[in-house]
Amino acid sequence: MAVVESKSRVLSNNWVNNEYKHMVIDAGPVASKVEPGQFFNLLCPQTDTDKPFFRRPMSTYYADEKTNTVEFLYKVTGAGTRGLSVLEEGDSLEVLGPLGKGFTMDPDYQHIIIVARGVGLATLAPLAEQAAKMNIRITAILSARDKERLMSQHRFLNVGATVIEIIDTDNSSSLENLESLLRKVHQEDPYNAVYTCGSTRITRLLNELSDELKFNGEVALEQHMACGIGMCYCCVRPMKVGSQKEIKSKRVCADGPVFNIKEVVL
Amino acid sequence: MIDLSVTVKNFALQNPIMPASGTFAEGLSDVVDFNRLGGFVTKTFTASKRPGNPVPRICELNSAMLNAIGIPSKGLDDYIKNTVPFYKQFQPPLIASISANTAAEFGELAAKLSQVDGISAIEANISCPNIEAHGKAFAIEAKSTANVIKLLRASTHLPLWAKLTPNTSDIIGVAQAAESEGCDALVVGNTLLGMAVDIETRRPKLGNIMGGMSGPAIKPIMLRMTYQCHKHVNIPVIGCGGIMNAHDVIEYMLAGATAVQVGTATFINPTTMIDIIDDLATWCLEHDVTQISEVTGLMDDSPFEPYTALS
Repeated sequence: MAVVESKSRVLSNNWVNNEYKHMVIDAGPVASKVEPGQFFNLLCPQTDTDKPFFRRPMSTYYADEKTNTVEFLYKVTGAGTRGLSVLEEGDSLEVLGPLGKGFTMDPDYQHIIIVARGVGLATLAPLAEQAAKMNIRITAILSARDKERLMSQHRFLNVGATVIEIIDTDNSSSLENLESLLRKVHQEDPYNAVYTCGSTRITRLLNELSDELKFNGEVALEQHMACGIGMCYCCVRPMKVGSQKEIKSKRVCADGPVFNIKEVVL
Repeated sequence: MIDLSVTVKNFALQNPIMPASGTFAEGLSDVVDFNRLGGFVTKTFTASKRPGNPVPRICELNSAMLNAIGIPSKGLDDYIKNTVPFYKQFQPPLIASISANTAAEFGELAAKLSQVDGISAIEANISCPNIEAHGKAFAIEAKSTANVIKLLRASTHLPLWAKLTPNTSDIIGVAQAAESEGCDALVVGNTLLGMAVDIETRRPKLGNIMGGMSGPAIKPIMLRMTYQCHKHVNIPVIGCGGIMNAHDVIEYMLAGATAVQVGTATFINPTTMIDIIDDLATWCLEHDVTQISEVTGLMDDSPFEPYTALS
């Protein structure tokens, strides 16, 4: 059984800025083997004002097998994350995982490009570290509303990635600019694959470019979930399957959350 | 040694704990030991493929959830080819939950399943509120219930369970209709039709607008119906609705349930059914119960002292 349901101890849960918190838990030996792109389903505590009923899926920000720790970076935004935000050092948190299918990376890749925006930076940071271990060159285009929200650059810089920051406030994050950046990088050092998550607009652009410039791609999708293990069929998305591109329903939790960029119906 | 086994009219289960249809699938075997369950009740399928409802298909409430999944189905062939063989590797019996648009189609599907090795019983989902508009289903009325159960009974020798709906004004009439047409047990029952609205977007919280409510908030309603059915039919009643722990199971059994199904709780905590089985044994030990089956219908519902003082 590669999935465990466990009561994990919270080691820390601190504000990073006025929107985001960073939580470290002692998750045990199985959970800390989580792969980039996989997620956990967290039983968020209920508070006087917030009564989250379902668990909340959350991708990992960092995991360390040696210390059995798993870290999350999350934006405090709804009943679930507000519930999580009250956890303090020493509290316990029920954690189910690791769940879903993570990113795949061909060892023959020479160069990959990561395009991440907002909280998606947290999901893709572990992937950069994995690629670095495989001696694959990394370019990371990090996008956010403003400079302050580009929180995880160091994770990409520390593993030797070429980091390009684009932000809304100076319009450098526009889709047009992103496209020209992607073309420029490809011209200088063609990449074998692109990895992204979240944004439909960015995924659509990458999908189109991948046909033209011939690179592979994977996207981590988000969808409201209940069970997280493929039973309830609430997190479904239509996907293009097989050579005939037949439209079939797939579950983001169990068939994903990472999908081939060519599969996704946008 | 505590005996947790129960018998649902000649159909033996090693314990009274089964999953409720639609809240259980192969993926749970990554988390819990399937061989410990009383039985497997799989997600309802139809003879042909169905896409299911638009998203969002689910939303949370206080101590409850709403769903309108809409029975996405891979069809009969896929069930026989993939689902049945998967469950064959475990010991507990497989109970196939089925649905169809007409009574005749129900009968045809049951007949086909009766030829399949590895299926031990049929649960007829004659109560899904999400298939037809406004939650209409066979089990809303006694007459349509009798009609569909009659055809099902004629089509299969397998134990036949009917899953009833709380969205009826006549639960006793429906239960008696199912019994008189040869049903072997009643599952009481499916979800309660409800809705929720996002006040910011002014959109329904479900793509289907309406959906089925489940979870601990509806337990008193389902418990009441379990009791009513137990009182008015002679076939076993399988309680289902809002069970979160072993105490809930005992409550259902006292009210007349022979066995139970656990659904929504598994979404919140995937080990719930196993935890319940462990806790049931403990409860029995603490209450000098050697056979859990003795608990069924044990509630003392003798009249309370009449209250005579006038206001």
